[in-house]
Amino acid sequence: MWSLKKSVWVFHVNTGACNNCDIEIVDCLTPKFDIERLGIKLVGSPRHADALLVTGGVTAQAAPRLREVYRQTPKPCIVFAIGACACDKGIFTTGYHMVGPVDKIIKEVDPNAIIAYVPGCPPKPEAIISGVLKALAVL
Amino acid sequence: MTEPLNILLQILVFPGFVFTVALGLVASWVVRKVSALVQWRVGPPLFQPFYDILKLLGKETLVPQQAQRTVFMAAPLVGLAGVLLLSTMLWRIAFQPAELFVGDIIVAIYLMVLPSLALILGSSASASPHAAVGTSREMKLVMSYELPLVMAFIVVIIKTGGQISLAAIAEQAPVLSVSGMLAFLVSLLCVQAKLGFVPFDMAEAETELGSGLYMEYSGPLLAIWKLMQAIMLVALPLFLVTVFMGGFGSAGMPLAWGIGKYVLVLVLVILIKNTHPRVRIDQAMKFFWVYCGIALAAAVVLAMIGNSCGWTWL
Ligand code: SF4
Repeated sequence: MWSLKKSVWVFHVNTGACNNCDIEIVDCLTPKFDIERLGIKLVGSPRHADALLVTGGVTAQAAPRLREVYRQTPKPCIVFAIGACACDKGIFTTGYHMVGPVDKIIKEVDPNAIIAYVPGCPPKPEAIISGVLKALAVL
Repeated sequence: MTEPLNILLQILVFPGFVFTVALGLVASWVVRKVSALVQWRVGPPLFQPFYDILKLLGKETLVPQQAQRTVFMAAPLVGLAGVLLLSTMLWRIAFQPAELFVGDIIVAIYLMVLPSLALILGSSASASPHAAVGTSREMKLVMSYELPLVMAFIVVIIKTGGQISLAAIAEQAPVLSVSGMLAFLVSLLCVQAKLGFVPFDMAEAETELGSGLYMEYSGPLLAIWKLMQAIMLVALPLFLVTVFMGGFGSAGMPLAWGIGKYVLVLVLVILIKNTHPRVRIDQAMKFFWVYCGIALAAAVVLAMIGNSCGWTWL
């Protein structure tokens, strides 16, 4: 979808991140980075979203919510796993409460989901923006 | 060209649907760009609103399980039809004021309520608690600004000597008098509330309600709401220009003058949007009913005194 690449509305989902990745995502919205010039906008409802920015390694509590949010997002949509936790549970690998990572949970709902990974603990805002743009370029 | 074809072309292309939508999308780009510049950002590219609409049209439509399907789907169309009618009416007055009867101020007042009513209908049909809070706020907001708005138009009607036809009102400029100025300022704020812009965006309230009224809408239905907002961005400032500032571009005046007036109103709206924090719904009600009400009561009295003594500046 050509117009999807030009206008990506993102919804931010925290599934048990340590909050550092979330702070970096919020950093992207500051005037310094100004992602609105790339057509990216933060929205308040998953029903408006084209991309889910998921942080955290998905705790047992958060997993059903993540599935629900993914179902509520109109397709086509992209899931971004932001941070080492979201990509592969990161430092919480052996945590008893972690049922993730993100791609496993999302694929339970939709095996054909489009998932992109932005590693880093936490990834810099520059890394997040470049990750999003690279993913859109190969779409 | 045959007459029916001509009329159809007027409704669908110029100055109707296509033209107004294009202009509205450009206007919404102006809103985002100016807001960005105020915040020291670069802002979106010119075609961003077009991309947004195109993208939304290509997405899936989700209807919540408990929603009242028909009302949920029909409400955006009702809203769009309402503003489209309003804007076509105003354009006809701007370009061909001499032609037939095109509508009076009372029709316009009704048409302007239609988008808010459609929003209330649609969002209360969506069975979402966030939308429910948004709906209740929108209803209170409509009740608070309708009264001052109608009173402001009463001032205009008194100033123009009892005219209610828009084409006749457009020939005079009540804003050039004390009472007209007061009425203009108040109705500018009412337009701000109608557009759902800060400081009166409590029904959408991105920060605490997600997006309130629009919460459950997705895909093409959301695109229709966005188009409606874009057209309102054209129609409402244009309405103020028609009613208060002596019309868009009547006979002797060049078109640039009309465009200048429209841009002036639009920029005023954007600047108010960017320099004020959101107010609570009870504060908004108090503001519209008490302060705006008093200001307009004074304006009505001034206009009547001015009329009876022949002082046009009052
Ligand atoms: S990746 Fe690192 S910064 Fe991000 S949530 Fe996990 S531990 Fe925190």
